Amino acid sequence: MAQDVWILGISMTRFGKHRDKDNIDLAAEAAAAALADAGVTMRDVGVLATGSLTGGSSSFGQLLQKQIGQTGIPVFNVANACATGATALRVAIMAIRAGETDIGMAVGVEKLAGAGLLGAPGQAPAGDGTWSRRGRFGAVAPLEGRVGTDSMPGVFAQIGLEYGHRYGGASFELFARIAEKNHAHSTLNPLAAYSRRFTLDEIMNDVMIAYPNTRPMCSANCDGAAAAVVVSGSRLRRMSPEQRRRAVKVSASVLTSDPWQDGCQVLPDVNTLTRSAATQAYEQAGIGPQELDLVELHDCFATAELVHYDNLMLCAPGEAVGFFESGATWRDGKTPVNVSGGLESKGHPIAATGIANIWEICHHLRGEAGDRQIAGARVGLAHVIGLGSACGVHVLEKAAA
Amino acid sequence: MAERIPLVDYLVLGGEPQLVAQECEQCSARFFDRRNACASCGAAAFRAVTVPREGTVHTFSIVSMAPPGVPVPFVAAVVDCGGTRVRGCLVNVEPRPENVTLGMKVRLTTVPVGADSAGVEAVGYGFEPV
Ligand SMILES: [Zn+2]
Repeated sequence: MAQDVWILGISMTRFGKHRDKDNIDLAAEAAAAALADAGVTMRDVGVLATGSLTGGSSSFGQLLQKQIGQTGIPVFNVANACATGATALRVAIMAIRAGETDIGMAVGVEKLAGAGLLGAPGQAPAGDGTWSRRGRFGAVAPLEGRVGTDSMPGVFAQIGLEYGHRYGGASFELFARIAEKNHAHSTLNPLAAYSRRFTLDEIMNDVMIAYPNTRPMCSANCDGAAAAVVVSGSRLRRMSPEQRRRAVKVSASVLTSDPWQDGCQVLPDVNTLTRSAATQAYEQAGIGPQELDLVELHDCFATAELVHYDNLMLCAPGEAVGFFESGATWRDGKTPVNVSGGLESKGHPIAATGIANIWEICHHLRGEAGDRQIAGARVGLAHVIGLGSACGVHVLEKAAA
Repeated sequence: MAERIPLVDYLVLGGEPQLVAQECEQCSARFFDRRNACASCGAAAFRAVTVPREGTVHTFSIVSMAPPGVPVPFVAAVVDCGGTRVRGCLVNVEPRPENVTLGMKVRLTTVPVGADSAGVEAVGYGFEPV
């Protein structure tokens, strides 16, 4: 029987601009705070998993150890696009489930404030001035803008409109209203990169990035880090009453990649792997989507949030539009989604995101979310997608009293 | 007449432009890039198949933000050509939301890319409203 695993300590830095701090500073800040929150030290940690796409090193975790404690433990440096943080956490959880150690830590960090458009390749050099074929399409010139788009806003815009095509009702205004919700939610989050409420008009009339996504409907590039300390159930039972009271149960931890689907190499299919991860997670946890008190899902764009209502089975198949229009996903609704402000407003420091969304859930389950506390929250779900693709889903439960 | 070459391997120029997919001989999955094996079933034998030139707009976005050197706005789309999904831009249409509808009928056409220092013209493709 595999060990049950708990979040013992967790933290995130403020998301936004940190001019005077580099990736190591931010990662060290989050790690130290997570250890303090857990009531343990680096000497207690048996495995470290880290991710940073902007960290500039394939041994980033060791650079971090050199600032917080070189104890000789195994380090896993992981990368999985926007699912990097969830992947790091998953590695620490697997190590505990495998019985290799009792305590593990996962850290994700990014410096992205001021970064421009992500995902679109730059222009290739002209070389000697004659055409030559490159890459797996044998292209003689860059394909961005010539054969559709690889830019993230453009890809996720198509993913949202594809849903609208299948089921109807997904207008520009509807997507803008999803962003309106998340920006409104962030006004209660002191760690969010942006915490200003936008009117629907402001959102719809802002700079268009890729129709139907305007700038406030896109995830906010920013700096930030998050870290989590996980512990085995058997070790937790020997810890203090305070540690046991605040520990949050990892009822499901799932990572999937995208299985082959017709057309998935033409436009990424973010639906199948999310639905599969959610199905496995609900089964592992023995919990259904109707029992969730809150959800943090990967709203890298407003168009993405809509499709994930359906993929995570928060609504019946094809009914995401009506589900949103019912008010269900506002913080006072039936299934509050992204009460942190989500990636659109809280911000999206890529490798930190998959741990920060778990921090948000834990904060509510522990009853420590202050002004934005979802009253009586007992069960939450955190979801991330890294395009390519990787999907992480974690279901978390409050400790029994 | 100057020599013309296609922008990508899967575009075949000639009288009428055509897109040619690699179809898995075992499971009929279709691909447009150089293959090592089939992502669907793992088989390694493929046959060339011509994709229908007409299709419908499966989804789109009007992209207004792009790396330097890429003219914007442009209409990025996925077109369903008789059951095969193809990535391409919609051309010969003003890039405004009211001009593009999901399900609208389009057909394959060629788009000039430019000439290199030897005078060879590269030719790309797009889909235009029928
Ligand atoms: Zn096959």
